[in-house]
Amino acid sequence: MSVKLNSRQVGDVSVIDVSGRITLGEGSSTLRDALRELVTKGQKKILLNLGEVSYIDSSGIGELVSAFTTVTNSGGQLKLLNLTKRVKDLLQITKLYTVFDVHESELSAVRSFA
Amino acid sequence: MPDNSRFVPRTVNQSLDSTLDSVDSAEDLAVGMARSAGFGEDDLVKIGMAVRESMVNAVVHGNRYNSNKKVRLSVATVAGRFTVRIADEGEGFEFEHLPNPLSPENIMRTSGRGIFLIRSFVDEFQIRRLEPVGTEVTLVKYMVSK
Repeated sequence: MSVKLNSRQVGDVSVIDVSGRITLGEGSSTLRDALRELVTKGQKKILLNLGEVSYIDSSGIGELVSAFTTVTNSGGQLKLLNLTKRVKDLLQITKLYTVFDVHESELSAVRSFA
Repeated sequence: MPDNSRFVPRTVNQSLDSTLDSVDSAEDLAVGMARSAGFGEDDLVKIGMAVRESMVNAVVHGNRYNSNKKVRLSVATVAGRFTVRIADEGEGFEFEHLPNPLSPENIMRTSGRGIFLIRSFVDEFQIRRLEPVGTEVTLVKYMVSK
């Protein structure tokens, strides 16, 4: 299954529910386009819900890093929610786990935005 | 670790186009053979990712999607070793001097983690230049405790 995105608004936080595979090609470009659209619209608080992401490769990891940099450079915040064990393991292996602000509860994640 | 007692040696060789579809089919083949050999889900994910990253390197960075160039794939379950070889026909790269993706200056790079991840997921990893052109990687996952 390729990646699927569903965007919703919780207060002033844009939540993107991501499911499927974030891999080189359609998966990573779909996520990139969605995030750039939010940034272009001026969204400053973005929460990526990765709870239904079954698989992510090095290209997908690169997209997460790129998204973090893009949002941060625009003056916003990008946070991650509901990492699966596989995604968490990958972020830990690559030492990126501490770069991202990771949450296990949507409520606490939404509240954590300044 | 898989039960080696019911293991049947098997080798599959394929010549693949330089496309992302080939990346998917190579991953599917390797994971399917690994599953048949008795690997568990965690190892299947690691094998699949290692093969996928290697195929992406071959198709994208090696052959640069060139339709005239092929990727040779060999998957073998022999003598307690699950071995995958992937060879491209590209011009190669300086794999001896790859930047460390864990270094602070590289941690926020958007690429350069593929080979690091491959090494993390398999028990043995070799890379060599082919003559006159090309690069071959060999991935080995042990089927029994060593």
